[in-house]
Amino acid sequence: MDCNRESIELMHKYLDGDLTKPEECGLRTHLETCADCQHHFHELKRTITLIKSAEHFSAPEDFTQKVMKNLPTEKKRVTYKRWFKVHPILTAAALFFILMMGGIFSSWSQDTQLVVSKQDELIIEGDTVIVPEGVTVPGDVLVKNGNLIINGTIDGNVTLVNGELIEENPLEGENLMASAGGVNGEFESVDRVFEWMWYKVKDIFKSVFSF
Amino acid sequence: MDQFIKEKIKEVKKGDQAAFGDVVSFYQSKIYQHCFRMLGNAHEAEDMAQEAFIRAYVNIHSFDDRRKFSTWLYRIATNLTIDRIRKRKPDYFLDAEIKGAEGLNMYSQLASEERLPGEEVEGLELQRYIHHEISQLPPKYRSIIMLRYLEEFSLQEISEILDIPLGTVKTRIHRGREALRKRLRHV
Ligand SMILES: [Zn+2]
Repeated sequence: MDCNRESIELMHKYLDGDLTKPEECGLRTHLETCADCQHHFHELKRTITLIKSAEHFSAPEDFTQKVMKNLPTEKKRVTYKRWFKVHPILTAAALFFILMMGGIFSSWSQDTQLVVSKQDELIIEGDTVIVPEGVTVPGDVLVKNGNLIINGTIDGNVTLVNGELIEENPLEGENLMASAGGVNGEFESVDRVFEWMWYKVKDIFKSVFSF
Repeated sequence: MDQFIKEKIKEVKKGDQAAFGDVVSFYQSKIYQHCFRMLGNAHEAEDMAQEAFIRAYVNIHSFDDRRKFSTWLYRIATNLTIDRIRKRKPDYFLDAEIKGAEGLNMYSQLASEERLPGEEVEGLELQRYIHHEISQLPPKYRSIIMLRYLEEFSLQEISEILDIPLGTVKTRIHRGREALRKRLRHV
């Protein structure tokens, strides 16, 4: 065996876990008889142990805060979601109260016709718009007064007005907030009743608790 | 831990910014340390590590959930540091060499003393010396040695992080090991 090339090559292959059984036998036999190679092999293994013990460094204390401060601003709908999570009872009570007041849906229900942007790839079933699997819809998609199922891909922005994004496997019943995985652009869900209620909730509580 | 990160990424994709804070906390020292070892300068390392996390956040929708998040994140960070090294003016390079004393600040905020079972390896002095010897390797060898033995990625993952063929990774790791063997043999 050529010590300067072949056997050193085998040592590196060994260190990368790439040796075949016969190669390993060959290397072992050679190491037993060649002191130079044995020394070289020992040095290589020791080098790895030494590398692993190199000094460690940790990030400055305020690192995470700094990153968070410099991120682009968060989308509004998530702030709502967090508020609801923190104040579930308050939310339920407020919604109940508002619904009791009635009249909310009267002006609301006038404009209920399904409106969809014109793309041949979109399938419409009742009030649900479907992006079929394996299909890429070019351009921005608008769905008004209807639900949307995205099985394929939308190569543009999605605007969903007064409707829900339906996932085939709903997670924790969070349909409204579900992620639009197959959307290459921005996803925006505008629910006017929702926004209006939110406004009303804040208004009522402001006047009750004056905060 | 992988599961924890997976969940967090899902939340970030839904638009929950706070979840990203947990991701940053988890990886901050790994990424900062990686940048520091690549650049050899605490200030630059912090800038690049910050930038890496911001880019990860902005591009989070292009991250494929079936893949390993750390590989993706290291790829962003490594590319940023390599770009930075390329942009360095020669005089700046010199500057960085002379200002070695500034590094002492760096050392004072030493990470948790994770001592590896390496029997002969002890003492900060030696750990620092080894760090220095690694930092003397050219970046293309240094990055691979670091990713393999300090960040514990597989050769296949390194090939993905650096976007170079597996064969090239192997050639370079061989050369890197040989170079360090010569540098560290007297230790
Ligand atoms: Zn030999």
